[in-house]
Amino acid sequence: MNNDSLDFLAELSGVSKRFGNVVALNGIDLQVRRGELLAVLGPNGAGKSTAISLLLGLQQPDAGTARLFGMSPLLLEARRNVGVMMQEVALSPELRVREQIELVASYYPDPLSPDAALEMTHTTAFGKRPYGKLSNGQKRQVQFAMAVVGRPKLLFLDEPTVGLDLPAREMMWAKLRELVRNGASIVLTTHYLEEAEALADRVVVLAKGRVIASGTVREMRAIVGHKRIACSTSLAAEVVAAWPGVQSVRREHGRLQITASNADVVVKRLFAADGDFHDLEVHSAGLAEAFTELTQEPTQEATQEVAS
Amino acid sequence: MSAITFAVENGLKRGTMMSGGRLRRAYLTETKFECLRALRAPAFAIPFLLLPLVLYVLFGVLLAGSMSHGDATVARLMFVNWAVFGVMGPGMFGFGMFVATERGQGLLTLKRALPMPPAAYLLSKLIMAMLFSAIVMVTLVVVAVVLGHPGLRAGQYVGISLLDILGALPFCAVGLFIGTRTSAKSAPAFANLAYLPFMHLGGLFYPLPRSVQPLEFLSPAFYLDKLGLRMAGAPSLDQLASGTAGPSSHGTPILCVVVLAGLTLLLTGWSIRRLARVG
Repeated sequence: MNNDSLDFLAELSGVSKRFGNVVALNGIDLQVRRGELLAVLGPNGAGKSTAISLLLGLQQPDAGTARLFGMSPLLLEARRNVGVMMQEVALSPELRVREQIELVASYYPDPLSPDAALEMTHTTAFGKRPYGKLSNGQKRQVQFAMAVVGRPKLLFLDEPTVGLDLPAREMMWAKLRELVRNGASIVLTTHYLEEAEALADRVVVLAKGRVIASGTVREMRAIVGHKRIACSTSLAAEVVAAWPGVQSVRREHGRLQITASNADVVVKRLFAADGDFHDLEVHSAGLAEAFTELTQEPTQEATQEVAS
Repeated sequence: MSAITFAVENGLKRGTMMSGGRLRRAYLTETKFECLRALRAPAFAIPFLLLPLVLYVLFGVLLAGSMSHGDATVARLMFVNWAVFGVMGPGMFGFGMFVATERGQGLLTLKRALPMPPAAYLLSKLIMAMLFSAIVMVTLVVVAVVLGHPGLRAGQYVGISLLDILGALPFCAVGLFIGTRTSAKSAPAFANLAYLPFMHLGGLFYPLPRSVQPLEFLSPAFYLDKLGLRMAGAPSLDQLASGTAGPSSHGTPILCVVVLAGLTLLLTGWSIRRLARVG
């Protein structure tokens, strides 16, 4: 074990994974740092679940390495630091809620008591009920209790708040913040962008098996703050690319596609520089739109790496 | 490695090792809840705990007793045969249905992601199936003593019970083989596809015609039954029907043990390999 591996609690380095003809992950690097809440975003089929599976040792990479606490994720010693909440799992309906939690607690060296985990996740009220009799939202809360009962240093939560009503979701958000405050790290996959915005220190966007953007929430907002300008012009892409405030330029179907942090200035300059300038479109995106745009352009190889 | 690195590493690794006591506790907890949930599942507990008892009373004690006018040899044979029937189900269906369901519905994946000791998964199910078999044996022994009167000594009851509780293992292995290869929906059908021929070809319920008798060798129930009959000093149904009463003629006890143990090891090893690779 060396210094570098300890900087990251979990790490994928140059990992590729294919299932038959489908490339699920295409040489991705992903690191989970200590004490951070990392949100992994991406459309269905982007490779989020595959990435998590590799970090948990459920699957093996075809190329590259997956490390968990500097070790192979296949080792129990590595996974004893980890709590897991999966998206689709049916627990034995006959076992009571408290029993489910007691069972998971037994896998860890120094777990919370089942009662403490129930209390922490506000599930004490149905601790004695058979799991099969719970509502879907209650089941998610119990799965959350099972994820935290081992006092994990790193939590993997796959779409944890799907199916929760508003108070339950608020409760879980508050608990996640508290866990991070107390030193835990969390990897969260979610479809809810507001969840990532509300909780994440860092965001990674996957699409078609690649990391297409990563950075802090603030940096992601900065991407979003950029405007996209599309227009028909005779100006060369290289000329526009040299202007201040212009992030990237490319020609697509005869039109220039410009990303700029100061759209107003760039548009004025376009008017001034090219009399034949027409078909102007300026897009400003929210995080949701930025996310959609990012994930729709994985073929452009225009990876926006904003992490320093 | 610098002192700081070392401290960091210790900080990270602290708590990742388990004491032997906690590890044992993980196995015990897994086993306890596997047994509890099987006992609480009516679709599993009722057929496999009550059915052997009811069928043994009806057919093994009342019907066979009246047809043989209370013959003790027939009573011994009936006790041994219904005991084999009783220990087949929990293993085959407990593994077949539960493993297939847990594979299909994500529970096995979750447990593989969690730090569950890997052997705990199969070991807990094995003990569950043996617990069910033990309960079946206790109820059958009570019925035999009270109603069946096969004239067995206490040592024979204990011996046959232990034999059949261990004898659940090959049926667990068959169930595991099915459970690792079928979906939750098709597992009961496939388990029945093995269970019914095993039962009927085992020669447990009626004498098989001479032309069909070679097929008996395909059923693990046949070998387990042979061992039990030998301990009880009873003939098989085939022998009783053909009038050649006496100890079993098909195969030595060692052959029976080798076949049952070999089948168990082969199917279990094959299935564990698949579980580890495919999940």
